[in-house]
Order: sequence, then C-alpha cells, then structure tokens
Amino acid sequence: MDDSVAEHSRPLRILIADDSDSDRLILKTLLKRLGHEVLDVANGLDAVSVFQREAPDLVLLDALMPVMDGMEAARQIKLLAGERLVPLIFLTSLSEAGALARCLEAGGDDFLGKPYNRIIIEAKIKAFNRMRLMHRTLSDQRDLIRERNRQLTDEQEIAKRVFDNVAHSGCLDASNIRYHASPQSIFNGDVLFASPRPAGGMLIFMGDFTGHGLPAAIGAMPVAEIFYGMANKGFNGQDVLREINQKLKRILPTGMFCCGAMIEADFKLNQLQVWNGGLPDGWLIRTSGELQALPSRHLPLGILAPDQFNADFERVGAAPGDRVLMMTDGFLESADSAGNVFGEQGVTGTLDQLDGGDHPFDAMMSAVHRFTGNFEDGDDLTLCCLEMMDEAGLATLPDRAAPSALAGPAEWRCSYEIRERTLGEFSPLPLLLHICMEVPGLRRKSGEIYTLLAELYNNALEHGVLELPSEWKHSPEGFGRYYAERNRRLANVEGHYIRFTLHHSLKPDGGRLRVICEDSGQGFDFHNHPSVATGNSPTMSGRYAGRGLLLLKRLAETIRFHEQGNHVEIVYDWQFARTAENRDD
Amino acid sequence: MTDKPHLDEEALAELRDVMEDEFEVLIQTYVADSRDRIRGLQEALRADDSDAFAKTAHSFKGSCINIGAPRLGDLCLRAEIAGKESRLDDASGLLDDIAREFEQVIAGLDGLMVG
Repeated sequence: MDDSVAEHSRPLRILIADDSDSDRLILKTLLKRLGHEVLDVANGLDAVSVFQREAPDLVLLDALMPVMDGMEAARQIKLLAGERLVPLIFLTSLSEAGALARCLEAGGDDFLGKPYNRIIIEAKIKAFNRMRLMHRTLSDQRDLIRERNRQLTDEQEIAKRVFDNVAHSGCLDASNIRYHASPQSIFNGDVLFASPRPAGGMLIFMGDFTGHGLPAAIGAMPVAEIFYGMANKGFNGQDVLREINQKLKRILPTGMFCCGAMIEADFKLNQLQVWNGGLPDGWLIRTSGELQALPSRHLPLGILAPDQFNADFERVGAAPGDRVLMMTDGFLESADSAGNVFGEQGVTGTLDQLDGGDHPFDAMMSAVHRFTGNFEDGDDLTLCCLEMMDEAGLATLPDRAAPSALAGPAEWRCSYEIRERTLGEFSPLPLLLHICMEVPGLRRKSGEIYTLLAELYNNALEHGVLELPSEWKHSPEGFGRYYAERNRRLANVEGHYIRFTLHHSLKPDGGRLRVICEDSGQGFDFHNHPSVATGNSPTMSGRYAGRGLLLLKRLAETIRFHEQGNHVEIVYDWQFARTAENRDD
Repeated sequence: MTDKPHLDEEALAELRDVMEDEFEVLIQTYVADSRDRIRGLQEALRADDSDAFAKTAHSFKGSCINIGAPRLGDLCLRAEIAGKESRLDDASGLLDDIAREFEQVIAGLDGLMVG
C-alpha cells in the first residue's frame, strides 16, 4: 500500500508541445510548481522525437501547430508507446464538436481548454496518472500470469517426465494390447499401466483420479509404484488392488479418489479376472461376437478403509481371440460442438454394429472421432483393449541383467508353512519368490521360479487340501462350480497346512534350488498317474492333470513324489553364464 | 463591438502568483509572440490565404485568453471565423481592430508592470 501511495505522488515527466511561447511558458511553470519534470517543444515533429528519446509519462499537445500538427503527433506517439499507456491530453481552445472528436480519434485521451485553470490541470494530471498506474499494474499482472503459466507448464513437463520414469508404459506395447491415452493424460488424472506377471499372464490397471492438474497426477505416482513393484514380484490383482486402495485412502484428501479397474489375464487357464470400481462398463467381446458387460460393482479406490474394501474379482472364461475393452469417463463424456456427449449409447451402439473383421478398439476410436468432429481439442479419454491369446505367442519377461558376482546368500535353507484359515486369505508366493530372488543367479529366472512355486502351491491347495477335481474346469458350467466349491471348501480347512521347504546351495558352475512342497491332503496315486507313469490311463486323476505336471517337468531337473503323493520335491539348477535357451535340451 | 474588458485583472493576478519572478518574462514573451501573430495575419491577408489566417487567429486567440486579454481574444475569434468562412474582405477591418486593441493591451500591461 505504501508503495502505491509513493508511486501516486511521484513526480511525473511531462512533455508539452505548443507553438505559443507564452502559453507554453505558463503551462511549464504551472507543472513545475506542481513538482513535475517538464520537457517542452513548439511543434509536433519535435514532440515525437522528444517522446521517443525521453519516454515521458504524460503528453500535453496543442492541436494546431506548424510543421506537424497535434493530431498527427498524437497518432505517432500512441504508436511508439505500444502497450504502455501514456495519457495524451489535447490543449485546445477548439470548441467545434467535430474537431474535438478528431482529437480523440487520433489517440487523445482528453482535452484541456484555455484559459488554463491550475486546479483543473492538477486534477486531470492526477486522474490520468491513476489511470496510467492502474494500466501498468494490470499489464504487470498479466505478464506475471503469463510467466506463472509458463512456469506451470514447465513444471508439468518435468513432473510428467518424473511420472513417466516411475510409471513407464510397462507392457502396454505388447502385441495383444491396443490403447489410446493423451500424452498429457496424467494431468487429466487418467492412468493406464500394464505388466506381465512373472508366471505368465498380464495385469492391467486403468485409473481415473478426481480432479485435474498436478493434484491428480500426484496421486498417480504411488499407484504406479505399487502396481509395477507388486506385479513384478508376482502379487496377484487382488493384492495389488488392496494395497493401492489402502495407500490412496491414507494419502488422498477427502473428496479425492480414483475410479479404477484391474484386469488379470491368465492365458494358460483362459480366464480373465476383472474388478471395476467406478469406471464405465467394461466389455468382453468374444470371437463369436457375443458381448458381455463388465460393470462397476465397487466403490472407487481410496474411499473405503482396508477392512471394508472388497477386492473380489469377477472371474470369466475367455478364449484366445476374445477381447476386453475398458475406458475412462472421458470417453463417454466426449462431446460434439453442440455439447451432446458420446455416452453409453455411443459405446453400445458401436459395439452392436461390430462385424467380425473390426477391431473393437479401432471401431470405438473412429466412432468417437466421428462423433466429436474436432477430436484434437480437449482429448481427455483413455481406452484400452486387451486380447486373450496363446501365451506362446507373447514375448515373456525379458531376462534381467546378468548377476555381476556372487553377492547375496548362496547356502541357505528355509521352511515356511501356512495353516488353516490363512490358506484362503493369503498367498505365500510373493514372499517365497522374494526369498529366492535374494540369490543373484536366480534373479534372472524369476519367471521360471515363480511358475514352479505357483504350480506346486496351486496343486497343493486346490487338489491336495481342497480335493477339487480339475476336470470341472473344462466346461463353462463346471468352471463356475469349481470356484464356488473352492470358496466353500476354503472355509473349512481346520488342521490343514501347506509347507514349503527351500534349500539352495552352490555348484561349481552355478547353483541348485531344491523345493519341497508338502500338504495335509490325501495325496494321489502318483504311481499310476498318466503323466508320471508310462502308458496312458484313460481315467485322468484329479491331481496334476494335463499341463501342470508337464510344465514342472519341463522347468525342473527332477521331480519326485513321496509318501502318498502329498509330498513333492523338485530340483532346479541354474548356471552362471548360460541362459534359458540351453535348458530344454 | 465586444463588451469584454481589455484586461482580466483577476486572471492576471493569478498568473502573477503562478509565475512569480517570471511574470515579466511571460508578459514580454506574450507581447513578442503577439507581434509575430499580427504580422502573420497581415501576411495571410496579403496572400489571400484564408486558411492560414484562420489558424493564426485561432492560436492568437488561445494565448490572449490565457494571458487575460479577453477582448482581444474575442476579436481573434471573429477573425478566425471570418477566415474559416473565407470572408477575407471583412478580415481587413478586423485586423485593424486587433492591432488597435493590442496597443490597448500593451498599455494596460505596462501599467501593471510599473505598478
């Protein structure tokens, strides 16, 4: 405030142009006595050149002058001033309205009549100085806003680079994924992550944070970290989702949350697991053309406390070629120039008209494109399509960098047992994988190790402890029955356990991991099992049916069953320099 | 003829107050300036240039009003109008009136200086 008072009373530099020597002398003396600095000239041409040289704050111009008159001088001075407001007051005894109007048209801001009245002169100079300062304040603020805006854009650019480093695109570029996300989508609050799972299959997360700009982007950072960190370690979609919800609940302010969907694709079992909390309906598009909605059945992430959060996935069988489509709200809200939105009708209309050759992703993108007309403006939509496929067709997890030296534990043994209720609530796989990954030589084999552990564990649980017959899974009705029964039996596991014993030791050219998996189930007749015994038996036993055992045999050096078949021991060897391509021969 | 006074005593008193020591310089400047203007009017009349006549009369009018010589200012206004309307026949008589009135103003101003 003090500054502006000082600014308002600061002496001004005033230019006077008048060809009448006596008038000029009077005005100059008057202004000097008011404390201002005065520059005076006798014609318009001099006025322009002095203005250019001295940049006065205010100009008083006689309208009629020799050489160059006041009108022309006014035009040139206003041009020179540019964005700066330099009040220009005509000194005149003109009284004809047309002549006065011409003075204003030439750029004048006001008139000062003769005879000069010092009270009026002082008041006008003060008034115009106020206007000049206000204009300057506005210009300064506009410049400041412009600068801030540039800064904000720079910061967003940097934030985006940081975010991209954390979030990267995972396996979004895999051949079975198509997606669209605007490059700035993170600042719309949209996120899309995809990661291969160590034992095969994929995990995809799509999220849409409330709000826009940096606040929305900040929430996305921990989600990216959790997603990629946990997916990499073999956690399943449920675990990742629980962790994301818990984290967001803790860090997001009330009223901010994240609508999201998680898709866990298992290409081996030909099944999809879907969780949708607050996103528009997802769609499963089967090769037959049959459509199945995958609607939101949960509250968005970051709202419910961990103990109230429901991470139950919907499980659907899906064969190679089936596609699942997910989108954010921005997709439905895409509007045409009249403000009509694409909406759910737009989506279902497009899907209903799909014919066999159309990729649903392309169909949706071009439909929304057609609908909105000017698609580039305000692109705020994220769309992702995942296609089920034969796992063999997909590139597996890339081998990590080779171990540099023999750091980490080499000779160790551990035993881990989960019991009773915990069997249904907790998967020991990430923990066991984590222990194995402490061995540098095993780290690049995380996919194979995970697959071994997962096969052993799932067989011990589902067929050993729960005694579920795997052939149920071969028909669509049985598929549902299998999982319903699985849940029912998991509630009744008193006295049951699954115990893993891991033993690692070094060998001259690498190392050996021995895994023993024991369970409390009945076991099975492994002596006559078609995959174990020679010769084919027409009746497939429930346990280690089909590919499970074959997979174990392919990955492990040896596999042996003990006791009544509820005690499995496998040996897995790794070599220092050689890699997986040598294993299968 | 105009009924305005030769000199506006009040305006002159205020000018003296504003100009302080420079009041005399102002009066001398005005007188010299006015002589130039009258010469300018005569030249314009000789050249039959009604536009220049009107402009010079206009400027002359302004300085007369400012200095406190309202009757002379009024004559200048008439001259300006005559010039604008290209009635230079009337202007010749007006110019004589202006010259006469100017002598009156000088006399009055001289009186002020002495006083």
